[in-house]
Amino acid sequence: MWTLAGRGWWRGRALAPWVTGAANMALPGPRPAPTRRAPAEFRASDRLSSSASLKEKLDMSIFPVENIRNFSIIAHVDHGKSTLADRLLELTGTIDKTKNNKQVLDKLQVERERGITVKAQTASLFYNCERKQYLLNLIDTPGHVDFSYEVSRSLSACQGVLLVVDANEGIQAQTVANFFLAFEAQLSVIPVINKIDLKNADPERVEKQIEKVFDIPSSECIKISAKLGTNVESVLQAVIERIPPPKVHRKNPLRALVFDSIFDQYRGVIANVALFDGVVSKGDKIISAYTQKTYEVNEVGILNPNEHSTHKLLGFLGLLHMEVFNQRLEQEYNASVILTTPTVPYKAVLSSAKLIKEYGDKEITIINPAQFPDKSKVSEYLEPVVLGTIITPDEFTGKIMMLCQARRAIQKNMIFIDQNRVMLKYLFPLNEIVVDFYDSLKSLSSGYASFDYEDAGYQTAELVKMDILLNGNIVEELVTIVHKDKAHFVGKAICERLKDSLPRQLFEIAIQAAIGSKIIARETVKAYRKNVLAKCYGGDITRKMKLLKRQAEGKKKLRKIGNVEVPKDAFIKVLKTQSDK
Amino acid sequence: MAVPGARARGWAAAAKTAQRRRRVEDAGASPSPEMASRRAALYVHWPYCEKRCSYCNFNKYIPRGVQEAAMRNCLVTEAQTLLQLSGVRRVESVFFGGGTPSLASPHTVSAVLEAVARTAHLPADSEVTLEANPTSASGSRLAAFGAAGVNRLSIGLQSLDDSELQLLGRTHSADDALRTLAEARHLFPGRVSVDLMLGLPAQRVGPWIRQLQELLHHCDDHLSLYQLSLERGTALFAQVQQGALPAPDPELAAEMYQKGRAVLREAGFRQYEVSNFARNGALSTHNWTYWQCGQYLGVGPGAHGRFMLQGTGSHTREARIQTLEPDNWMKEVMLSGHGTRKRVPLGKLELLEEVLAMGLRTDVGITHQHWQQFEPQLTLNDVFGASEEVKLLLEQGLLLLDDRGLRCSWEGLAVLDSLLLTLLPRLQEAWQQGTPSLVPGG
Repeated sequence: MWTLAGRGWWRGRALAPWVTGAANMALPGPRPAPTRRAPAEFRASDRLSSSASLKEKLDMSIFPVENIRNFSIIAHVDHGKSTLADRLLELTGTIDKTKNNKQVLDKLQVERERGITVKAQTASLFYNCERKQYLLNLIDTPGHVDFSYEVSRSLSACQGVLLVVDANEGIQAQTVANFFLAFEAQLSVIPVINKIDLKNADPERVEKQIEKVFDIPSSECIKISAKLGTNVESVLQAVIERIPPPKVHRKNPLRALVFDSIFDQYRGVIANVALFDGVVSKGDKIISAYTQKTYEVNEVGILNPNEHSTHKLLGFLGLLHMEVFNQRLEQEYNASVILTTPTVPYKAVLSSAKLIKEYGDKEITIINPAQFPDKSKVSEYLEPVVLGTIITPDEFTGKIMMLCQARRAIQKNMIFIDQNRVMLKYLFPLNEIVVDFYDSLKSLSSGYASFDYEDAGYQTAELVKMDILLNGNIVEELVTIVHKDKAHFVGKAICERLKDSLPRQLFEIAIQAAIGSKIIARETVKAYRKNVLAKCYGGDITRKMKLLKRQAEGKKKLRKIGNVEVPKDAFIKVLKTQSDK
Repeated sequence: MAVPGARARGWAAAAKTAQRRRRVEDAGASPSPEMASRRAALYVHWPYCEKRCSYCNFNKYIPRGVQEAAMRNCLVTEAQTLLQLSGVRRVESVFFGGGTPSLASPHTVSAVLEAVARTAHLPADSEVTLEANPTSASGSRLAAFGAAGVNRLSIGLQSLDDSELQLLGRTHSADDALRTLAEARHLFPGRVSVDLMLGLPAQRVGPWIRQLQELLHHCDDHLSLYQLSLERGTALFAQVQQGALPAPDPELAAEMYQKGRAVLREAGFRQYEVSNFARNGALSTHNWTYWQCGQYLGVGPGAHGRFMLQGTGSHTREARIQTLEPDNWMKEVMLSGHGTRKRVPLGKLELLEEVLAMGLRTDVGITHQHWQQFEPQLTLNDVFGASEEVKLLLEQGLLLLDDRGLRCSWEGLAVLDSLLLTLLPRLQEAWQQGTPSLVPGG
C-alpha cells in the first residue's frame, strides 16, 4: 500500500490520474534516466483509438466511477485467455483489428517463444455502450499452475473476473483453483465458454459442469469463439452489466495496491497499481506502507497497451517456472546461469542450545541445503506439504493413483465431476512434486489430466542431507535434502543423469551419492582408451584443425571440480529426473 | 625429358631399391627454406567409382558416361598450372587417390606423370602410389599401371569377412582381395599397402584379431588400420540411425585398436603414424609429407593443397581446395588452367598449430630441428616446458618432451586428440605472449 506523504511543488501537465483501477506510475530507479522519453511507448504497428492516442490529451476525470470496471480473465492454461484479451483489445479499438493480433499482451520474448503468459499484463480499454463511455481495466493472467501467486495478486485489483473454460476440455484443475481464488476475494464471476468453433466442442456439457462444481446457473454462461471473434461483444456487455464499479473515495487519502512491477532501464521502476482511495499525480511523494520508504512519482499513466522490459525475481515453484526464469535471465541479461537443485523450505526444530541462540529461534527454516543442521542437533525435521487437486478422465485414475503413492502422497478425496471425469485430492510433500511431477502426470494421462495445488502447512519428516561427489570432491550445487525413504532412489537417479552428461576424460570419473560418509549410489564414466582421428591426410587437415580448435574453445567453458571437467548444462540435466516414466 | 619407356625402367629400379631406401625422417640436414619451397608432393584425384560404399563420404561420383579423355587433359593441365604457380621445381612423390583411381586408364596415369616430369623434376625413384580396388585391378591391369609409372600400390581390402564386405557395400569378396594382393606383391615387391577397417557394427574383438592374423600371412610390408567413422549422409549412418544395424561399440573398437597395434608390433611392424604400420622401412613418403607439413599440390576435383605462391614476394602458405564437382571443375580448368575454388592464407600461428597436430601423429613426433624450421624464436620447451597441464601429461606418461623433441608415447598416441585440447591452447598462449621464457635451456 502507498500513502501520500505530501504534494510536490509542481504538477506536470501529464494527466491527473483520477482513474481508479489500473494505473501505472513510474518511480525513479537507481539509475537516473539519461534521456527523456515520451511517457507512452506505443508499438509502431498499433493504431490507437483517437481518445487514447495522446497521453497529454487524456483527462481521466471524464470517467465517473460508475463507468469504470476492473476485471481479470482467469482460466486453465490454453483455454484461450490471451486470445480473448486480444479480441477485447481489438473490439475496443485499442489495437488495430486488421493486424494479425496474436496474444498481444505477451510481450516477453520467452512468452512468445513458448506461447505462455508469464507476467501479468494490463491494459485500459475504452468502450462505448448505449452512448456512455466506459473505462475497462483488464488484467491478463498466467494460467500455469506455477504462477498462482501472480494470479491472486492481480485479482486483488479487480471487482470481477471472466472465467474462461474450453468447450471441449471442460473444467480443469486451474479452472477450479482460479474460481476459488476469485470466489474467496468476493469477485463477480462471469463464465465464458470458449472454442465453440472446434469440432469436439460440447458447450452444454460444460455448462452442466459449471453448474455442478461452481453452482452458477447455465443461463449465465456466455458461449464464444475468441479465435473467430464470435459473440465476444456479449462479453464486454456482461462486464459492464454484471461486474460492479469499484468503490473508491477520491477525497480520501491515497491508498493503492501494487499488484505488479517492472524495471525499465531508462525510467526505473514502474509499478502497476490499483488505486483504492485518493488521487496520485506526478511529483507526489508516496510512502510504502510495508517498507516505510518514500518515493517521488515521476510519471503516471495508463497502459493502452504499452511495452516495457521486465525483470522480476521469482522463487521456483516448478521446472517450467525455473526454465523460463533462466531463459529470461540469459536473454535479457546475456548471462549464463548455474542452477542448483530446487529446494523447498524445510524446517527443523533445534535441540542444541547453541544453535538456538545462534539462529534466535527454536524452529528454523532451511532454505539452503548447505545449512542443513545435523540430526544430533535437531529434535524434529519438517517438510512442507500441499493439497493437490487432479482432474482426470477416469481411464487414467489407476495410473495416477500409483504415481501419487510413489510420491508419498495420501489421498484425501475422490469424486466424479461428471460421467467420465474424476477429481482427486492428495496431500503431497512439496518436494515430491517440485521437479517433474507435473510432467509425469501429463505424460501418464496423455496430457488430459490437470493439476493444481495449495499450501497445506508442514508435517514431520525423516530428512537427510545427500552429497554428490565427483572423484571424491563434493559438488556444492548438487547437495540435496531428501526424505530417508527416497535417498537411494534420488541418489541413483542423480548419478545416472550426471553420468550421461559428463564428457569422458583421460581418467575414470567416479560419481557418488553419499549420506555422511556412507555411499548410497555410484556410477562411473570410463576413461578414453582411444580418441584420435583415424585418417588424417591432405583433405582431412583443414576440417580436423577446425574441429580441434572448436573443441578447445568449448573446453575452456567447462568448470573444473577437482580434476573433473563439467559442462554448464550438466546440472540442469540432473534436475530433470525422469523417475516415473 | 622422361618418356614412357624410361619411366618403365625407372620403376623397376625403384622397386629394387625399396629395401635400401633412406629413412626420410633421418635424412641429413633438412633442406633450407628456399629449397623447401621448391619441393612438393603431388596428389591427383580421380573422382569416379562404380558405386558408393555404404560408409563413404568422400568427393566421388558415379559417372554417367566415361569422360576419360576430357578428365585426363584437365588433370594434366591443372598439374602443369599449379606447378608453375607454386614455383615447385622438384616433385618428391605422387599419389593417385579418389574415387577409384584403378578405374582410370593407365594412359591417364602416364600422361600426368609425363606432364609433371616435363614441368618439374620428378626423380626416378620418387614414390608413385595408386589406390586400387580389388575388383578393378586384375594382374594385367596392375602391370599396365606399373608400366605407366606407378611403383607403389595401396589396396582397399577393408575386411576379410564377406558379410562385412557386403555391409560396407564393397564390390569384391575377401578372396578377390587376397588374389589382388598376391598379384600386386608380385609386381611391386615390398611396395604394397593394404587397408583394414575396425570397429564395424556388430564386430567382435576375437574375430577381428583373427582377420588381422590371417592378413599377416598375406600382406606385404605396409598396413593401414582404420577405425570406422560413421558420417552423416552415408547409407551406413542411416541404417544405424534407423536401428537396422547396431551402432559400433567404441569400447570394442578401442580394444581392437590396442590389441591390433600390439600384434603388428610383435610381427615386426613399426607404427610410424596413428593408423599406419610399416616394416623394412616401407613407409609412405607421400603421406609423411602431410604430417611433416611439407608442401603439397592437389590436382583434380575436390583436391586439397598447401603451398606458397611463387613470385608474389610473400612467404605465406595457402590452404587450397579445387572445385568439387567434376564437370564444373573441368570447365574451370579449360577456362583458366586450374579449378581452384578456395585459397586461404595460413597465418603463422595456424601453421604452427598444424605442425603440432600433424607432427604428433607420428612416432617420432616433432623434433626440435623440425619445429625450428617453422618457429625459429620459440622452442618447444619455451612453449610447453612450463605449463602445469602439460607437466601432468608428461607425468602420466602420455607425452615425452626431451632433447629429441615432443612426441606421444605408445599410450598417448591412442588419445592424441584429447592431448591436443591441452596443447593447442597452450601454444596459442605462448604465441600471444611472444617472448621466450626465462627457463634455461629453452
